[in-house]
Amino acid sequence: MNAHDDLASDLELAHADDANDLPRLHARLVEAAQRDGVLDVAYRTIDSPVGTLLLAATEVGLVRVAYESEDHDSVLQHLGDRISPRILEAPARLDAVSRELDQYFAGRLHSFTVPLDRRLSSGFRRTVLEHLTDIAYGHTASYAAVAALAGNPRAARAVGTACATNPLPVVVPCHRVLRADGTLGGYLGGSDAKRTLLALESAA
Amino acid sequence: MNHNVAFERIVAGHGATVLRVCRAVLGRADADDAWSETFLSAFKAYPDLPHGANIEAWLVTIAHRKAIDITRGIARRAVPVGEVPETPALDGAEARDHDVADAVSRLPVKQRQAIAYHYLAGLPYVEIGTIIGGSPEAARRAAADGIATLRRTYPNPPTPKGRTS
Repeated sequence: MNAHDDLASDLELAHADDANDLPRLHARLVEAAQRDGVLDVAYRTIDSPVGTLLLAATEVGLVRVAYESEDHDSVLQHLGDRISPRILEAPARLDAVSRELDQYFAGRLHSFTVPLDRRLSSGFRRTVLEHLTDIAYGHTASYAAVAALAGNPRAARAVGTACATNPLPVVVPCHRVLRADGTLGGYLGGSDAKRTLLALESAA
Repeated sequence: MNHNVAFERIVAGHGATVLRVCRAVLGRADADDAWSETFLSAFKAYPDLPHGANIEAWLVTIAHRKAIDITRGIARRAVPVGEVPETPALDGAEARDHDVADAVSRLPVKQRQAIAYHYLAGLPYVEIGTIIGGSPEAARRAAADGIATLRRTYPNPPTPKGRTS
């Protein structure tokens, strides 16, 4: 049986890929999927001062930014459930947002201009998130103040939930929302990340 | 709830195997095209794949059809070749890999398919019979005949140890 196993492993080796084959074929697949308009979700990861971020975009725009603590695998799975499992690592679609994030983290960009796809949020949460950009770069607001901006002054707690489930952190600045007493409050990327972003914005 | 796994994971998990299968069935030159067409077609159909389907069998089934299409395309375009160019001499493991691949390429197509789907993709003969059209027994026999021919024809005996990866 030994010779049999050797033949099987020789067969495998004789037809095996070398290091460049699969990356090359992967790039070809991305290109063809893009050309045929079937690349529903493209993603990449970038390194940043707040850790590795996952960026995902539909053909409409940026649909998801995820912290490492959110577990990138389950984020992709969730995108598969909510949007489409036709998901490929395809950095080109994220070029513009990656550039803007680089500039933002370098303190040179104060508001993002890339198109957003807000389909992952709805209802009052979506209204809240849409109003977060009313808080200017380098400024902060309380949960209650954001609730008022969103048209429901008594909904401070719902604002907290909206921020905690923001599908587009950093770009949609939920880090600018603090407790009424000025203390940090929670953050989906962790308090350190929130502190880092606020420090970055107040230094600029 | 393992629904809707990102297709990227499917490429990562099965891309290498499908490439080996394409190479064994079609040869190195056309394997890239077969792989690309297989994965593009799979990517398009993926959202409709029933949950719990055997992904590898599904991919091999698509690759099987793409390989047939490509072979037909080649046959239509084929022009007689005068002199076959010399291939550069290889040595060591590379030479053996070349010999094995070469010996496989000389097998009848059914035997190549049965060997590729069983030994490279790890599919059971029941599944292979469905894919290539025929009984599981016929698929098993095709693979066994092919393996017997390989043993006779491929000149370098396998090295006993140290070639597992």
